[in-house]
Amino acid sequence: MNRRLFIALLAGSSAIGGAVRLAAQSKNEVEIMAMKFSFTPETVKVKRGEQVTLLVTSIDRIHGFKMPAFGVRTDIVPGETTRVTITPDKVGQFAFFCDVFCGDGHEDTAGTLVVEG
Amino acid sequence: MKSVDRRDFLKLTGIAGVTFTAGLFPGHQASAQAAGDFHFVQISDTHWGFKGAPNPDAEHTLEKAIVTVNGLAQKPDFIVFTGDLTHTTEDGSERRARMKRFKEIVSELNVKDVRFLAGEHDASLDKGEAFKEFFGATHYTFDHKGVHFIALDNVSDPGAKLGDEQLAWLAADLKQHKTDDRIVVLTHRPLFDLVPNWDWTTADGAKAIDLLMPYQNVVVFYGHIHQEHHHMTGHIAHHAAKSLIFPQAAPGDAPRRPPPPPYDASLKPLGTRDIAMSKTVTITEIPVTKA
Repeated sequence: MNRRLFIALLAGSSAIGGAVRLAAQSKNEVEIMAMKFSFTPETVKVKRGEQVTLLVTSIDRIHGFKMPAFGVRTDIVPGETTRVTITPDKVGQFAFFCDVFCGDGHEDTAGTLVVEG
Repeated sequence: MKSVDRRDFLKLTGIAGVTFTAGLFPGHQASAQAAGDFHFVQISDTHWGFKGAPNPDAEHTLEKAIVTVNGLAQKPDFIVFTGDLTHTTEDGSERRARMKRFKEIVSELNVKDVRFLAGEHDASLDKGEAFKEFFGATHYTFDHKGVHFIALDNVSDPGAKLGDEQLAWLAADLKQHKTDDRIVVLTHRPLFDLVPNWDWTTADGAKAIDLLMPYQNVVVFYGHIHQEHHHMTGHIAHHAAKSLIFPQAAPGDAPRRPPPPPYDASLKPLGTRDIAMSKTVTITEIPVTKA
């Protein structure tokens, strides 16, 4: 819980441009909040080979959370926390985005997972 | 009508764009079915109600295109709009006002056989409710001169799915046809995974393609990506149309879809298309011209 709070605080820090960097730990969790028309944080940094759990919530309506590079696809329902656990096996920048049409700006409800070596 | 004749004709009228000829119906020559040649016009992604820098002439583009289509010396047999007739709004009253105005504008078309499909901007926020009030069913079939047309709805479900019910309907419809019948599928989003990272796909589009695959003469016309694009899934051709509002970035590998490129009228990024059907298909892009 403390680590989640720490990451949330990092996500609000302009000094790192909204990116979240995870240190090597056995259990990593990142909170991601969806709303019309953005994900916060927009960029999430993780390490290749390290398991990470994304805790995805929505504050306004049902959104989707899709990350084709890792076969992830789920609905995000307001009032619920959706847990997405992945172990990235490749380095690069990978899109995640809302795939439930949410209005004029739907295309901007998107972010990037940065997997570092 | 032979495609070369039509191309020459369009050049004479000064509005011809790029002509694309494809082996549309590879099994058609073997077909015993007698079918007449004809042509129709596809108009897509008009986004009526959009305002913004990507198209400073948005209020007039549709009207200009209609004048151009009405000016074709050989009238098309029919016209099909492949979705995103209106730009989305969360206000249901405004959505209906846009649809009403759109319908008034396109009533100026001098071809009265006009078919409409929904796009996600029309139908995803209310599951197609307003669209049905103004334009009728979101998936349907019709036949024209020996060709079976199937309009599929991959937008009323906000998750971009056809859904099991519609897929079962499609399967039942196809069972009534011989495998060498000529079949044209109309839809808004690509049925195949064009760029999944940009959500240029249909969640369960592969199931529709699987159902269509046994049929030898199938072609798909769609919109959504605001540009001409041609792709084959096996023997099935998929042709995307330009829009009448603004172009989108070309399909690419970027993790996220780039914003629309700056508006440049000289590139003729917008337009409609004439589709001539015979043993082959000839697609002639028709740019928007001044009214």
